[in-house]
Amino acid sequence: MPEWVQFSAGKHFQDLIAHLSGRSVPEILVMPIMLAVILGFICGSSLILIWAERKVAARIQNRVGPMMTGPRKLAEFSMWTGGLLQTAADAIKLLVKELIIPSKTDPVPFIAAPVLIVTVCVTAFVVIPFGPALSVSDLNIGVVHVVSISSLTVLSIVMAGWSSNSKYSLLGGLRSAAQMLSYEIPLIFALLGPILLAGGLSMQKMVLAQREYGCWFFLPSLLGFLIYYVASIAEVNRPPFDIPEAESELVAGYVSEYSGMMFAMFFLAEFANMFLVCSVAATVFLGGWLVPFMAVPEQMTPGYIALGTLVFFAKTSFLVFIMMWIRWTFPRVRPDHLMNLGWKYLFPLSLLNLLICAGVAVLKDVYKLNGWGVSLASLGALVFVLLLLQVVRVPRPTAFLEKV
Amino acid sequence: MGPQHPSTHGVLRMVLKMDGERVVDCDPVVGYLHRSIEKMAENRTFTQVIPVTDRLDYCTSMTSNYVYVLAVEKLADLTPPPRAEYIRVIMTELNRIASHLLWYGTFCLEIGATTPFLYSFRDREKVLDLFESACGARLLYNYIRIGGVSQDINQKFLDRMIEFLDYWEPIIPEYEQLLDENPIFYNRTVGVGTVPLAMCRNYGVSGPNVRAAGVAEDVRRDDPFAVYKELEFDIPVEKESDVFARYRVRMRELRESARILRQCYEKIPTGAFGLPLNYRFKVPPGETYVHIESPRGDIGCYLASSGGDMPWRCKFRTPSFVHIQLFKKLLEGVLIPDIMAICASFDIVLPETDR
Amino acid sequence: MTPGEFAAHLGEQYSEHKFSLDELNEECVLLPLEIVPQCFEFLRDDDATQMDYFDFSTCVDRPPDRLDLVYSMYSTVHKHRAQFKVILDRHNAAVPSVSHLWENANWNEREIYDLYGVFFPGHKDLRRLMMPDDWEGHPLRKDYAHPNLVVRPD
Repeated sequence: MPEWVQFSAGKHFQDLIAHLSGRSVPEILVMPIMLAVILGFICGSSLILIWAERKVAARIQNRVGPMMTGPRKLAEFSMWTGGLLQTAADAIKLLVKELIIPSKTDPVPFIAAPVLIVTVCVTAFVVIPFGPALSVSDLNIGVVHVVSISSLTVLSIVMAGWSSNSKYSLLGGLRSAAQMLSYEIPLIFALLGPILLAGGLSMQKMVLAQREYGCWFFLPSLLGFLIYYVASIAEVNRPPFDIPEAESELVAGYVSEYSGMMFAMFFLAEFANMFLVCSVAATVFLGGWLVPFMAVPEQMTPGYIALGTLVFFAKTSFLVFIMMWIRWTFPRVRPDHLMNLGWKYLFPLSLLNLLICAGVAVLKDVYKLNGWGVSLASLGALVFVLLLLQVVRVPRPTAFLEKV
Repeated sequence: MGPQHPSTHGVLRMVLKMDGERVVDCDPVVGYLHRSIEKMAENRTFTQVIPVTDRLDYCTSMTSNYVYVLAVEKLADLTPPPRAEYIRVIMTELNRIASHLLWYGTFCLEIGATTPFLYSFRDREKVLDLFESACGARLLYNYIRIGGVSQDINQKFLDRMIEFLDYWEPIIPEYEQLLDENPIFYNRTVGVGTVPLAMCRNYGVSGPNVRAAGVAEDVRRDDPFAVYKELEFDIPVEKESDVFARYRVRMRELRESARILRQCYEKIPTGAFGLPLNYRFKVPPGETYVHIESPRGDIGCYLASSGGDMPWRCKFRTPSFVHIQLFKKLLEGVLIPDIMAICASFDIVLPETDR
Repeated sequence: MTPGEFAAHLGEQYSEHKFSLDELNEECVLLPLEIVPQCFEFLRDDDATQMDYFDFSTCVDRPPDRLDLVYSMYSTVHKHRAQFKVILDRHNAAVPSVSHLWENANWNEREIYDLYGVFFPGHKDLRRLMMPDDWEGHPLRKDYAHPNLVVRPD
């Protein structure tokens, strides 16, 4: 592993301060500053994402979306440049609004829930490698860190649902608990394949392993990628799996009773989480900051760092865009169908994916296959297994299409 | 649930007894929109009642106008000129399109798809523009008058209508594409909220909802009013009587409405568009009942006159009132998301229920 | 079947009672109050009538003492339709419920009870439908008075 990978942004920063002040600084002092940076990043990216979501939705729905807030010249230029400051204005509005804590709530968990959900987001972002040597801290258990920390959001949602003391919130909270429990498992199992291929849990290592293989992991574990993507939509409660907040059924689910900044925090966390799962997908399955058709230089150059970061954000934004597209196209799934899908189809298929990945890892280690060889072999295995399933007539989700 | 809830189409309150996500018992409570339209009608002249009937069902004001006007005409023994009859048919069919589009949009909202709503409203807007050019109003028309209509329509209106149909008919498959082949939509609608035919009869279900249960029942065919005798159209029928069948029936009805409109365009005669009537004309004493086909079903008006210039009693038999009664039985044992799918599929409109 | 034939058909079944057409509405058959539920059960089940579709029921207030209760029915088998009218005593209006024959009658009767104050013995769930539960009076009666209600001079 190259030397520079060991360096993370946190380390850089620590060194910088040490250099400036002339003495070494313990990491514990640097970390809060880095967290603040992430928080700023999350807020900024969420603002952009919310604006982008509204624009994408508008384009899909034959509208122009927000146009009036922002530079007028840009709005006149095209619909994609109008209303840039809309979310900023919304955020300010929410900030100055009164925080209403309904009298029948349990105030402590009611206030703690939005704080917790944002904390969880920020913590999970720590290990994301935004570029070469650009993660805050490259933990050696990176993937596990993301998965375990982000599954804490369910705690926050249940807290919000329970403490609101409203029937809609309660139902929303419980639905979310059920949903997250059943989708966490296929999600983790889908990630196990790439972990097996990479032979480690660190996020940077994951990216480098994809360089080593010569192919991004979405090829060997195509199934895993799709399962991860579907499960992560459910994980962040985005439509069509937004049953915890199902607007037409539960009013707004667990956020029904929230207002002002506490509502904004849930909103922020939703978009930050979306960004988080997409960046994990981009890192684990789509090669992270690896620039396609370009070898990684032995000595890291600032140019490559910039390019890699750009590529990483491009990949993530693409995945985010697909999520938005799905959101504005599909009707909502019913909770029981959601559980069916999770337990009966995604979970077994993710085990299958693990099997294929194990095979591919053996091919690579024992037979020294690389790149296209690995991907072809794994795709072949996938097709073979699916055909086998067809032959032995394992029940598949064909009930969907029986009426077409 | 309710009366204030995002998916009750007005203010319907449903007292639900739940076991987790499952409904154990449901008691629909109406009356939140009760404006005593029937009492108001008793204190207005026959002409003045027409704008009140607009408020019966704001999605299809034309049909509510129409049924009331027909009742008065039957009681006063008036025959409107043929051109007026055609104009009325054109307007009710356009209104049926507008209403079904509204239904399509809101139905999709209820099951969680936001985008189709915008598509259907984009096209509904064009229908409303047509109405606006004909009578100046977009929602509450007060257009169909006793003995005719309030204003004549010109050739330009008819041409615009055909232009709209040419644009819009190819779009109907687009609406269907958004839902028909979508597995989520199938799972949400097929086999959900099934109403057996016997239950339909017992509850008096009418309109698209009973046609989804496999019988070709349509007031326009069974008890033809106006010029429907001279027009050719099919009655769409589905067998399953579930949410999906009701959706299919309405989508197919859109095409039939377009077909009727095209025929009207060909056949509409020239001539007078109304009878000259005194503002406070009197209607001979008597009682009568007429009913027509509204987009929601069988809408009727029982009109009693005591010989004065105001109705003595004016009762509206509205389809939503009947359909809401079904919920008590139908919602037993279903899941929360199905409540919305089922309620929306019946196309209930609360102002019509409460009157 | 025309309304006249309905009257004749009912007359054959219940020969001790007289069935006539209403002079105000030629589609309407007058029914004697005493045998209302039996008549409707007969109308629903008899092969010649088969009135399986209960359209609506409503009232027409005719002060000082009359209150007409109108039922409208339709047969989806024979495609015929008729109204039936029962004349009630306005001060003591009560008529046996038919909600056990057609579910649709349930809310119709509740509405009439609410707005006209007609009692329906045998109805399972006779509560006010439109007005609040604690409302006083029956608004659709002609002599109903409320401060907000201005009756226009004829």
